[in-house]
Amino acid sequence: MIGKARLKAIADTILSAANADQTEVLVNGQDLALTRFAANSIHQNVSETDVSVRVRSIVGKKIGVASSNDVSEQALKGLVRKAETVASFQQQNPEFRSLPEPLPVRGVDAYSESTAGYSAEARAKGVRTILEQSRSHDMQASGAFSTGTEETMIANSLGVSAYHCGTMATVMTVIMGSNSAGYAADAAQDVSRLDPSDIARIAVDKAIRSKNPTPIDPGSYTVILESDAVATMMFYLGYLGLGAQSMQENRSFMSGRIGQKITGNNITIWDDGFDPRGIMFPFDYEGVPKQKVMLIEEGIARGVVYDTASAQREVGQVSTGHGLPAPNTMGPIPTSLFMKPGVATQEEMIASTKKGIWVTRFHYVNPVHPVKAILTGMTRDGTFLIEDGKITRPLKNLRFTQSILEAFSHAEMLGRDLKMIKMGFGGFATCAPAAKINGFTFTGTTEF
Amino acid sequence: MRETTERALDVCRSHGATYADIRIVRRENQNITVKNGIVQTLSLDDDFGFGVRVIADGAWGFASSNQLTGAEIDRVAAQAVTIARASATANDSKVELGPPEVHVDSYKTPVHIDPFDVSLEDKIDVLIAADKEARAVKGLALAQGSMGFLRETKTFASSEGSYIEQTLVESGLGITVRAVADGEMQQRSYPNSFGRHQGTGGYEIIQKWDLPGNARRAAEEAVALLSAPQCPSKTTTLILDGPQLALQVHESCGHPIELDRVYGTEAAFAGTSFLTPDKYGTFRYGSDVVNLVADAVTPTGLGTYGYDDEGVPGQTTDIVKNGMFVGYLTSRETASQLRKTHPNAPARSNGTMRADGWNRVPIVRMNNVSLMPGEPSLDELIADTDDGIYMLTNKSWSIDDKRLNFQFGTEMAYEIKNGKLGQMVKNATYTGITPKFWGGCDAVCNTDHWNVWGTTNCGKGQPGQTAHTGHGTAPARFRNVQVGLLG
Repeated sequence: MIGKARLKAIADTILSAANADQTEVLVNGQDLALTRFAANSIHQNVSETDVSVRVRSIVGKKIGVASSNDVSEQALKGLVRKAETVASFQQQNPEFRSLPEPLPVRGVDAYSESTAGYSAEARAKGVRTILEQSRSHDMQASGAFSTGTEETMIANSLGVSAYHCGTMATVMTVIMGSNSAGYAADAAQDVSRLDPSDIARIAVDKAIRSKNPTPIDPGSYTVILESDAVATMMFYLGYLGLGAQSMQENRSFMSGRIGQKITGNNITIWDDGFDPRGIMFPFDYEGVPKQKVMLIEEGIARGVVYDTASAQREVGQVSTGHGLPAPNTMGPIPTSLFMKPGVATQEEMIASTKKGIWVTRFHYVNPVHPVKAILTGMTRDGTFLIEDGKITRPLKNLRFTQSILEAFSHAEMLGRDLKMIKMGFGGFATCAPAAKINGFTFTGTTEF
Repeated sequence: MRETTERALDVCRSHGATYADIRIVRRENQNITVKNGIVQTLSLDDDFGFGVRVIADGAWGFASSNQLTGAEIDRVAAQAVTIARASATANDSKVELGPPEVHVDSYKTPVHIDPFDVSLEDKIDVLIAADKEARAVKGLALAQGSMGFLRETKTFASSEGSYIEQTLVESGLGITVRAVADGEMQQRSYPNSFGRHQGTGGYEIIQKWDLPGNARRAAEEAVALLSAPQCPSKTTTLILDGPQLALQVHESCGHPIELDRVYGTEAAFAGTSFLTPDKYGTFRYGSDVVNLVADAVTPTGLGTYGYDDEGVPGQTTDIVKNGMFVGYLTSRETASQLRKTHPNAPARSNGTMRADGWNRVPIVRMNNVSLMPGEPSLDELIADTDDGIYMLTNKSWSIDDKRLNFQFGTEMAYEIKNGKLGQMVKNATYTGITPKFWGGCDAVCNTDHWNVWGTTNCGKGQPGQTAHTGHGTAPARFRNVQVGLLG
């Protein structure tokens, strides 16, 4: 860990060397480690220490950005000159008004000493417990155990000065039999809350139950999606249409539909960077404090998230604290999504299903029709048929092609537990319940 | 620099490493984006650091830092050994690297016009000119053009005696235009989607593709797509253009031939492969006209380099020969592993281990995985097709975790009737199973249509790594393909 004082000193060096009309500096410190295993062995085991500095210089309405990870005083001063030189080559950006003014930022406790100090030996010990369970069932385990500390300092010449330090630990595994696989994962700010043994037990159990899968014809089915699968759909919903710029450019399903019903009554989705059930991050990459933003409330489209630039396009709108690092052409996106849970247990969802498909998680999901929020992707690592209220057999994997909004219009039941799913990017996390959805469209099958 | 690399390797040896290498890497990136006439992005990014990879107690360890000082080198090298020893506590077997690789050499990307010598104004002028051409088309909602340039200088040294210096230069450009109406968004991209096409080389790549000269046509096509009928849903003959075929090769051939993936090292994340070792040399991957080659030597290919990131020379490998599966992309470790079950497999790696910068460990990555050209021209191929569909430029992609079931969507398509292109159709998709799809390939166009397309967004590994890969393709024809799934 580098510490607030050092990161602030780097930011101060940048700002005091700046000659531009406005200057912003983003300093990111990382101390990350990841132990990766496959075929019941640790095959990659890595650590990384880095500090990167990104400077945004504004001269009139000309904007230049430069970044480096050389934090010597001479290099930092050179970086400022570089950003200002880039700005001088720029054209005026008529849309630009100003960097954000300072606002009070509420601090959050997202740091865990046990995570920050976790050793390679401790991670290897956790991995061994997974490998032992896998070997004892004559299966092959793969996965990753990561721990790390990330620090973020954002300051600008208007007085913004925000610092945050957070830790994160994740354990995930796929355990494979000769023709089956099971997946389990967990993530927490405090590594001591993770139980690799329990994660292995869940994955092994699923791998055993998914042995000798058989095919089923594609078509429309009731599905019970575990939290991972629901979180993937929520992430794409946010990426495709819950940011202001996508709405302003008419490429969002929210465009022209605020106040209208877009999903079923039982769907409520919001973004909250302060909720400890997710990854807490109190401000965005412009130093603007995060607001809790209601996006979909009881099926009604309520709003989208804003950064400074997208807020300045609308009269009376302010940033909700969802800006990404400059330069950013895609606009703001929600980073801490939550779905309001229901009351059902997974057992109740299964018991209430005459015929349906249980999905552990999705693989390689991508948009097919962004405006209609239609996605395609595959199931993987545990797909099962439910008949007459019971899981009857494992299935070969299926391809779905399905509108998320339509799926969320037919959610018959939502699980009572929220699970935090760490998404693939930085501090992104989605908290999702399991869901029972009717009329979910599968369009293809595969051979395993 | 030799003093620095020797210091790191000495520390590794003194702590008990039986193998060690160090990579010192600097990356300079320049990115420019013009969106609807406004320069949205103008950034210069510089990234520097070093990574030390070791084998100790028969297991791998890796540590990295952005501070190349004597004390930090000592700390990081010792940490790499500590991590390796921790790895060993969980493992039943030891890493085998095969025969040593010892090379003292240097390599530089051939560059005619250094892109970092071309002024920012000149680059912006090209993008603004393309933007104006596109937005002159009535009904266009958005035009976004970009250029990207990369210079990567890296030094590799190993405890086996290698010392290799390389400078790789990449240049890329592209424009994406969008038309929006009534809940419909249509886009066209030039020369390729995913933001831009990129290759190894200098500013001559930018000049070759003439962005302003092609932007208006792209915009007209995007607007026309809004009123085009939906792609029909049926089983038919499919012709793919070069850029779409490049992604088809990438996903359904390039990834499943990565031998680390075959051995399960990506199983929990990117997945495994249907091309298991029992299929090596015996499996019919495609029809007789399907010939696939992996190389690191094709000029301007985005996967072209002198040496990979474990110091193995870039080379050429047959992957599919007359339809038969004959080769993998390998590392030193996976090549050794394959030899245990296939004694006739090559003893050495074919040099495809690459890392996404100083802070990532090298993993098997595609270099230029290419479909070799055939005989007909595109006109001849279309004239020879009674009924079918011609799809151009990728818009959507997905494939299962063994790389069998895929579904792609393209930006644009045309019906083919009686040997001629018919009406334009929108929202075109096709789906299939990899060996069946390639088994239905009955023609690949000739060298006049062949180009090495650059993919800059290939994701793999944990922590995540993004690789730049090349794919040489010419349009090709596939029989009995399911197209058009959207209603």
